Amino acid sequence: MAEPSEQTASRTPAFIIFGLVAVVFIFAFINSKSSGLSFYPLDQFNVKPILGKGPVGTFTITNVTLWMALTVAGIALLLVMGTRGRALVPTRMQSVAEMAYGFIYKMVEDVTGKDGLRYFPYIMTLFMFIVFSNFLGLLPLSFTTTSHIAVTAVMAVAVFLAVTILGFVLNGAGFLSLFWISSAPLALRPILALIEVISYFVRPVSHSIRLAGNMMAGHAVIKVFAAFSAIAVISPLSIAAITAIYALEVLVCFIQAYVFTILTCVYLKDALHPHH
Amino acid sequence: MATETEQAHSTAAAGRGLPDNSADAPGMPQLDFSTFANQIFWLVVTLVVIYLVLSKIALPRIASVLAERQGTITNDIAAAEELKQQAADAEAAYEKALADARVEAGRIADEAKAEMQAEVDSAMIKADAEIAAQTAESASRIDEIRAGAADAVKVVARDTAKEVVAALGIDIDDKAVEAAVASQVKG
Repeated sequence: MAEPSEQTASRTPAFIIFGLVAVVFIFAFINSKSSGLSFYPLDQFNVKPILGKGPVGTFTITNVTLWMALTVAGIALLLVMGTRGRALVPTRMQSVAEMAYGFIYKMVEDVTGKDGLRYFPYIMTLFMFIVFSNFLGLLPLSFTTTSHIAVTAVMAVAVFLAVTILGFVLNGAGFLSLFWISSAPLALRPILALIEVISYFVRPVSHSIRLAGNMMAGHAVIKVFAAFSAIAVISPLSIAAITAIYALEVLVCFIQAYVFTILTCVYLKDALHPHH
Repeated sequence: MATETEQAHSTAAAGRGLPDNSADAPGMPQLDFSTFANQIFWLVVTLVVIYLVLSKIALPRIASVLAERQGTITNDIAAAEELKQQAADAEAAYEKALADARVEAGRIADEAKAEMQAEVDSAMIKADAEIAAQTAESASRIDEIRAGAADAVKVVARDTAKEVVAALGIDIDDKAVEAAVASQVKG
């Protein structure tokens, strides 16, 4: 009997938070624009220096620096400060940290096997970075580092290169058997090998664009709806739409981090066990 | 429509005095290659820092906490198993003690019963003997009394006979009277 009422009780604040976030979005939007119906859904992705104005050099401290630093701070807060007590019966924060650890540990173990656990810290690094960047990007007025193809491409290419080099180091030329599908009829094998090679090299592209595209699209759509809220008649609908999209984005933020991580595990499995 | 928004964009941009690079690149900021070096540099720094924090501090710590908890749980389960075994043993011992006590109690009860039976039997025998003795004594006394009574009857009969004879004025020898009375009484 108590359970349904509890559920609705916990759902109501969530909706209030979503609503507030939507309102903040709109105010931020209205304040930043002078007046009228204007669309700048992509302005939020601009990389700009924090201190003063000027060209963006390699070592310039930009909003990218700020939000990546906040990502590091968030991860440190959760995984280092949260586990400071080393409690046998965990606190809430420690519980979340342990869940994140267990989630990725189990994923690596399930997908790549026991010998893949050596690479668990690297995969955990990727997952924590992406998931924190994604969620920090959901804050109003924030900057989403993972919405940039430069960022996701570096990670995807790093995974691609690491997996390829690892595959050849561990298996030698045997790694090429990944492309030679011995279970297929002999006549088909060269054709399949060609397809396999192409799909292998497309991996980093899809791997990086999937994450950046999802992040960018969601944020841009929220901005577009926010722009419509300048029209008084449409604004309630606009706010409702922002709320809905925002809820969806919360889901997408986690799922995309999950997908990036599990694909990394799958690619790693190919390097460890290339034989089909 | 497209030209309208573009126009609005440019006028608004002029009004706000946007930074040059965003005005120069009307397309996606994601494809503005001039910012790539900056992003890549900070990304690599960030990933290295996260990796160091995780591999040096966070992950070993969480792993040790999880291992410690697993160990504690295993130990607790083992301890609980042991305690359960102890409880079972204690219960068995209790049951055994109870059964022993029952047997002992039965034995004591039987013993007491037998003892009492023996006591009762001996008392009965004693009482029977006493009763028999008393009965015999009583019988002898009754016989005595009876004999006494018979003698008394003889005496009374003799005396009475003498008196009757004397009263009738018959002079007869006492011995004859006695003999006559004795023969009558006997008969």
